[in-house]
Amino acid sequence: MAGLDYHLLEDVAKELYIKALKNLPPDVKAALRKAYERETKDTAREIFRTILKNIEVAEEQNLLICQDTGLPIYMVTIGSKFPVDGARVAKALKQGAQRATLEHPFRGSSTHPLTRINPQTSVGDGLPVIHWEFDENAGYLDVLMVPKGSGSENMSDMKMLYPAHGIKGLKKFILDRVIESGSNPCPPCIIGVGIGGTADLVSVLAKKAIVRPVGSKNPDPQLAQIEEELLDAINETGIGPMGLGGDTTALAVHIQSAYTHITQNPVAVNTQCWPARRARAKIYSDGNVQYGF
Amino acid sequence: MAHYNLSAPLSENDVRQLKVLDTATVNGTIFGIRDATQIRMFDHQQDPPVDLRGAICLHTAPSLRKIGNRWEKICIGTTTSSRMERFTPELIEKYGVRAIVGKAGLLEGSLEVMKKLGACYLAIVGGAAALETTQIEEVEEVYWEDLHPEAIYRFRVKDFGPLIVAMDSHGNHLYFNVKKQAIERLPGIYKRMGID
Repeated sequence: MAGLDYHLLEDVAKELYIKALKNLPPDVKAALRKAYERETKDTAREIFRTILKNIEVAEEQNLLICQDTGLPIYMVTIGSKFPVDGARVAKALKQGAQRATLEHPFRGSSTHPLTRINPQTSVGDGLPVIHWEFDENAGYLDVLMVPKGSGSENMSDMKMLYPAHGIKGLKKFILDRVIESGSNPCPPCIIGVGIGGTADLVSVLAKKAIVRPVGSKNPDPQLAQIEEELLDAINETGIGPMGLGGDTTALAVHIQSAYTHITQNPVAVNTQCWPARRARAKIYSDGNVQYGF
Repeated sequence: MAHYNLSAPLSENDVRQLKVLDTATVNGTIFGIRDATQIRMFDHQQDPPVDLRGAICLHTAPSLRKIGNRWEKICIGTTTSSRMERFTPELIEKYGVRAIVGKAGLLEGSLEVMKKLGACYLAIVGGAAALETTQIEEVEEVYWEDLHPEAIYRFRVKDFGPLIVAMDSHGNHLYFNVKKQAIERLPGIYKRMGID
C-alpha cells in the first residue's frame, strides 16, 4: 500500500479553503431556499432574495461568498486502513491554508493576540485549528475544511452550569444566547450546541455541531427532540434574517454531547452564519481525491 | 415601505424622508471606512483628506490588489458596525456624514445624533460580499493608504443594494424594535418549554 502523498495533501488543503469560500454545501442552500419560500415578512423576503442571488453570483463569477475568509479549521479523520504521519499531516494543512491565502489571494485574518500584527497568511502559532478523529474502518484520510468568520464566532459562549440547573438550564442558556446575539452573527444561523464533557470538550462539541448537514438529526431521540424544540423556540423570537425581523432566525439547531462529571453540566454555543461554509475531501491510498461537503 | 434611489452628497431633506423599513439603492460615490480609519480621525485627531459632507460611508475592509496605480477588487464586503459606535456621533457631527451602510446596526448615541442632525443607518445583507463586489464598479481613490485594508476608499457603485433603512432620522431603530419584540415573546416561550 502506498503512503500518503503529503504534497498532494497540501494542494488539497489549499483547494478546500478556496472551494469552501466560493460554494456553499447543498444542504445549506436548500435550507435557505426553503426559509425564503415560507417567509411571510417583506423585508425578510428581500434579504433572502439577496442571499440566494449572492450564492448564485459567487458560483457563476467564481467570487468569494463573504469577505471574511475567517480562521481556517480542519477536521481530520484518520482511517486505520490508511495510516498517516500526523505531524506531516498538520504541516501540510498549515502550508495549504497559507498558500490558499497568498496564491488566490484573499485577506488573511489571523492576528497575534497582543501585538495585533496580521501576517496576512491566515495561519500563525496554533493556527490552523486542527481536530483529529479516527475511524478504524476507513481506508482514506477525510479532511473537512471550515473557514470560520468572526461575526458569528464572536457570538459563541460556554458556561459550566451545575447539575441542579438540569436540562432546563441548558435550554435557557442557549435561547438567551441567541437572543443576545441578535443581528450580529448574520442570521439565519446554524446553532451548534455542545452538552457535557469538560470546559474544553464542550466547546469542541459545539464546533463539531455546526458542520453537521442541515436537516440531520442527533441519533439520540431525546437530543433530537431538544434540537427541534429549541429551533421552534428560536424562530418564534422573530429576530429573523440579519436581525431585521422575520420567521427564520435559525436554519437548524445541532447538539453534540459527551458524558460529563457528576458535579458538572457544561453547555457551549457555537454560532454559524448563513454562509455556513465547509468543504470536504477524501484522499485514498491510490492518490484519488474525492471532493464533497 | 417605499423604495429610494440615493446619490451622495445627500441633503438633510434626502435623509429625513427615509423611514425605518424603507429600502434604498445607491448610485455614485460611497466611501469605505473602518476601525483604524476612525481611530486616526478621532483618537489621533487627524482630519480626513477628503470632504465627507453629505457622504454615504460603508463599514468595510476591502480585499484589493494594487496593480501599478490601479486598485483591482478581489472581494468587498461589509463588517459589523457596532464596533464603531464610539466614533459615529462625531463622524456625523464633525464631518457631516449623512448615511452609514453596515450590518448589525449602531447604538443609542448614534441614533440620537442621527435624529438631531438628519442622518441614517442603512443595513446591507451581511455575508453577501460577492454581490456587493459586483455592484462596486471601481475603486477610484484610496486615501491614507498606509492603513490599507482600513484606509478610506472612494468607490463608484451601481445599483448598490438592496439596503434597508434600519435607523432613521426620526429616532426609530429597527434592530431595537425587533429585539424588544423577541424579549416580550420570551416569557411565553419559556413557559411552553417548562423553563421557570
